[in-house]
Amino acid sequence: MPWARLMIVEERGWLDEAAFVNLVSLSQLLPGPNIVNLSVMLGRRFAGISGALAALGGLMIAPLTIVLCLGALYQRFGQLPQLNHMFGNVAAAAAGLILATAVKMARPQINRPLSVLIAGVTFAGAAVLRLPVLVIVLAMAPISILLHTRWSK
Amino acid sequence: MKPVPLASLAVHFALLSLVAIGGANAVVPDMQRIAVVQEGWMSDHEFADFFALANAAPGPNVLIVSLIGYKIAGIGGALVATIAMCGPSSLLCFTVSGVWDRFQAAGWREQIQRALAPITIGLLGATGYLLSIAADDTAPRIAITIATCVAVLSTRINPLWLFGVAAILGLGGI
Repeated sequence: MPWARLMIVEERGWLDEAAFVNLVSLSQLLPGPNIVNLSVMLGRRFAGISGALAALGGLMIAPLTIVLCLGALYQRFGQLPQLNHMFGNVAAAAAGLILATAVKMARPQINRPLSVLIAGVTFAGAAVLRLPVLVIVLAMAPISILLHTRWSK
Repeated sequence: MKPVPLASLAVHFALLSLVAIGGANAVVPDMQRIAVVQEGWMSDHEFADFFALANAAPGPNVLIVSLIGYKIAGIGGALVATIAMCGPSSLLCFTVSGVWDRFQAAGWREQIQRALAPITIGLLGATGYLLSIAADDTAPRIAITIATCVAVLSTRINPLWLFGVAAILGLGGI
């Protein structure tokens, strides 16, 4: 997402900052990979269906090729101790990145008790009870929308 | 490969596609449950490695599904998994964004966004937690997770550098 912003807003000037934020919000609100949704919406605005397909193809094809090459490498050499160590360490770093991203996203919400409560219950459901995300979203989304509507009145 | 894994891949990921509110990482715990516990396609450790690969490689991190598909059924599996994961949500997104652009001024939009944000954050936190449980099997790895988290929070360093350092440490046998 930081790289997408750099390209769309700063390098190409396709959208201004506010329009980009709106697009990101919508892409996060809808199910599916955020950056995929973002490219579909941006492509659609420029050139309808063909624009959306072009944006999707442009976004996916090169990275898909690279990641499959890495995957093939992993399948062949993943058992070598050095590579095994390497992948394991990168996995540990990736976990740290995700935790940091969650903290960053949580910061603006920290003074909203209701949001903290909802986030906490969601975390417990997924991390401790290990409930499927579908169950969590179907249960928590209506509850959260209801509570937030009441709260803000 | 038998056709059964392909069909199973397509169904699992098409369903996840439509519930992945907040992005692909929100359903990583689900992917883990399906791939490791339910279907027994791979070990916990392997799954954590795939996640790391998808995050370290350039491009969208949804590509973890391509790796899972590739592991189970080769290139065809990768394509099926990727299309199943991106197709349904993209169709929905395409339709909704058309409607959305027509009702730009509606007030309920802000309310819904505000209500869904903490759910997204909770899911992402759970993803990080479950992955660190799976990946941090040694003391140095616990240190790597903590160091990465702190560095990303307190500096503007590109995370790819941190991944690079972790990788080099691994090649060096740590």
